[in-house]
Amino acid sequence: MASVLILGAGSDMAVAIAREFAAKKYDILLAARNSNALIPLQQDLQIRFDIKASVHDFDALAFDTHAAFYNNLPQVPDITICVFGYLGEQEKAEQNWDETARIIHTNYTGAVSILNIVAESYAASGKGLIVGISSVAGERGRMSNYIYGSAKAGFTAYLSGLRNRLFHKGIHVMSVQPGFVNTRMTQHLKLPPVITAQPEDVAVAIYKGVMKKKNTLYVKWHWRYIMLIITSIPEGIFKKLKL
Amino acid sequence: MQKRLANWGNYPAIASEESTFTQEEQLRSFVSDNHELIARGNGRCYGDASLGKHSISMLKYDKVLLFDTQKGILETQAGVTLDQLLDIIVPKGWFLPITPGTKFITIGGAVASDVHGKNHHVDGAFSNHIIDMDVITGTGETVTCSPTQHTELFWATCGGMGLTGVITRVKFDLKKIETAYIKQTQIKAKNLEDVIRLFEEYKHYTYSMAWIDCLKKGDAFGRSILIVGEHAQPAELNDKQRKAPLTLPAKRKLTIPFNLPSFILNTLTVKIFNWLYYNKNLKREINNVVPYEPFFYPLDAILHWNRGYGKAGFVQYQFVLPLEHKDGLVAILKRISDKGWGSFLAVLKVFGNQDSLISFPMEGYTLALDFPVRKGLFEFLDELDEIVLQYGGRLYLSKDARMKQEVFWKSYPNAEKFASIVQQYNPDKRFTSLQSERLLLTK
Ligand SMILES: Cc1cc2nc3c(=O)[nH]c(=O)nc-3n(C[C@H](O)[C@H](O)[C@H](O)COP(=O)(O)OP(=O)(O)OC[C@H]3O[C@@H](n4cnc5c(N)ncnc54)[C@H](O)[C@@H]3O)c2cc1C
Ligand SMILES: NC(=O)c1ccc[n+]([C@@H]2O[C@H](COP(=O)([O-])OP(=O)(O)OC[C@H]3O[C@@H](n4cnc5c(N)ncnc54)[C@H](OP(=O)(O)O)[C@@H]3O)[C@@H](O)[C@H]2O)c1
Repeated sequence: MASVLILGAGSDMAVAIAREFAAKKYDILLAARNSNALIPLQQDLQIRFDIKASVHDFDALAFDTHAAFYNNLPQVPDITICVFGYLGEQEKAEQNWDETARIIHTNYTGAVSILNIVAESYAASGKGLIVGISSVAGERGRMSNYIYGSAKAGFTAYLSGLRNRLFHKGIHVMSVQPGFVNTRMTQHLKLPPVITAQPEDVAVAIYKGVMKKKNTLYVKWHWRYIMLIITSIPEGIFKKLKL
Repeated sequence: MQKRLANWGNYPAIASEESTFTQEEQLRSFVSDNHELIARGNGRCYGDASLGKHSISMLKYDKVLLFDTQKGILETQAGVTLDQLLDIIVPKGWFLPITPGTKFITIGGAVASDVHGKNHHVDGAFSNHIIDMDVITGTGETVTCSPTQHTELFWATCGGMGLTGVITRVKFDLKKIETAYIKQTQIKAKNLEDVIRLFEEYKHYTYSMAWIDCLKKGDAFGRSILIVGEHAQPAELNDKQRKAPLTLPAKRKLTIPFNLPSFILNTLTVKIFNWLYYNKNLKREINNVVPYEPFFYPLDAILHWNRGYGKAGFVQYQFVLPLEHKDGLVAILKRISDKGWGSFLAVLKVFGNQDSLISFPMEGYTLALDFPVRKGLFEFLDELDEIVLQYGGRLYLSKDARMKQEVFWKSYPNAEKFASIVQQYNPDKRFTSLQSERLLLTK
């Protein structure tokens, strides 16, 4: 049975992704900081979709545990989806290195650490597919979230480089650039409904994107154009805006 | 996030702060840190029961925890909806023990309203099938309750409209089925007396309900179609159905995308009813085998049909009269029919005896119909309430948006006891809704 590893499996987006792939009969490996909290989801997936699901402890910030985590998985997953992320608080991060480091190390360093290991394994076997969830916030730094945005920018660049390298080994890497998604991360924000995706929309788009081997996926087509506009504003004007 | 919320009747609508959660820990700390909370399922109650200042959306707390396919036992988190559960259990030969007329409600909502189906006279209400459940009470602890442990909490939570706390987990029995089909019989009734007589005659059927024409006057006053049914046996299916007896053919859904002027829905229902009454049921009685969906959820095929009542919204008026006062139905229906403000169709069902604390059902007949909100409506409904009270009846809290507090306190004999248990588990009125404040249950 084909299987999917979901890194950061507790979030709303991850639940939707897990259900989408389980509905397509993939076995699911769920990984998160507190794997006990994933047991209800594990049972849910098994009961709803008649597939096998397992739970595993994984902390993106504990870099030195990543190799052991991956090697101890009960099987080599056919697909690895890196979902975890940390938005953090921009203003706090400006004055507090711990918050800044946590944002950078969750969204960038941690993701690179684990995906390096997965990539090596996939490159060696010539099989596998990697999906990384980055963000449109990485496409241009803005005052309201440039620490998060710069970490995601790094992650986006990492994914495109990895895609380039692994292409030559027959392995595909897909970058996902969500715009606004209605999840716990954003539940305190007022998001414009037309351009806000539901976690289920992201999940469906990812499944289809994987099937079609898309390189970069925007969820809700508007975002490709919104980002085109945002990235083409001349810096002289952009810096004066309060975005 | 601040949101405009309204339940199924689109009346009333309020601004509410909505929070979601996926882990019990998140919820427990949220409950400890906040006030003026009320749990909200899928908003399918009609009125103001799940509206409050802070609403706790249960919809993401939707994991299925256990499905014993041998014994027919299901254990779920409270935010999962019945439509999701049916997709899981029906293919394995099990059905919900009780289901209301829509499958788009949560398990938590099923417990908090102690919902009834077309089989109340045989199987009771939802509370009759609960093995045990967890409630996060106003003191912030999770309490497991059942008919044998923490019984007061159990009975005040069944039908308790979310006032004892947040139901997080429910374990309940399922009903064994051989097929996903219902063998149904539709019988024409000339008038209200006739349909009540037919209910008696067909009471050994597991499922029964009647559509009543509320506008017809004279001899045909209350003419109706009684629909009774049983889960079909494989032998009763046609060859095609028998190949996969537990799977239904896929169907398309219609959606009403925006609010329509309210006469449209009435015109539509008039047409459908007349078509059924005059054409399809040429014979007095019709027997056929139908998939379970149109039998239990005829209205679910049109998503958001409530928008057919227009912007001002509507209230559903549902009352029950005790068996010995079933004649009161005639008096009440006459008042409704003379006024001409109600929906064209009403639903009539029979209830068996129910021994619970605060649930709606009592042995007798229950009638439900819609009234688009308009000037003078609430005064008129107050008059109806008086008649319902005279006949010893009461109104369903899950449909209510406007009943006066004294009507509630007079008609629910255990109101005092219920309020005192709520007080015990929700001492500082952490859980409170527009409805509970209106009825002075948590004021
Ligand atoms: C078309 C239609 C047909 C219907 N037919 C029937 C019928 O035949 N029989 C019947 O009995 N009802 C019927 N109903 C009413 C419906 O079944 C109930 O109102 C049900 O409670 C709605 O559940 P919900 O999940 O949408 O909850 P909501 O409508 O959001 O909430 C209903 C109540 O439950 C409470 N609640 C919800 N979740 C929790 C929780 N986890 N913990 C604590 N409290 C909670 C809320 O606070 C509120 O008091 C019908 C409704 C519709 C729209
Ligand atoms: N929501 C949006 O609008 C939006 C937009 C663009 C991109 N994204 C990206 O989409 C992804 C999912 O976002 P979301 O909205 O679902 O976010 P979320 O609700 O905040 O969830 C973030 C997830 O990351 C996990 N996580 C955080 N730190 C971790 C660590 N050190 N180790 C392991 N897991 C860790 C969390 O795990 P715990 O459950 O253990 O806390 C949580 O499951 C993220 O990468 C996010 O950056 C979101």
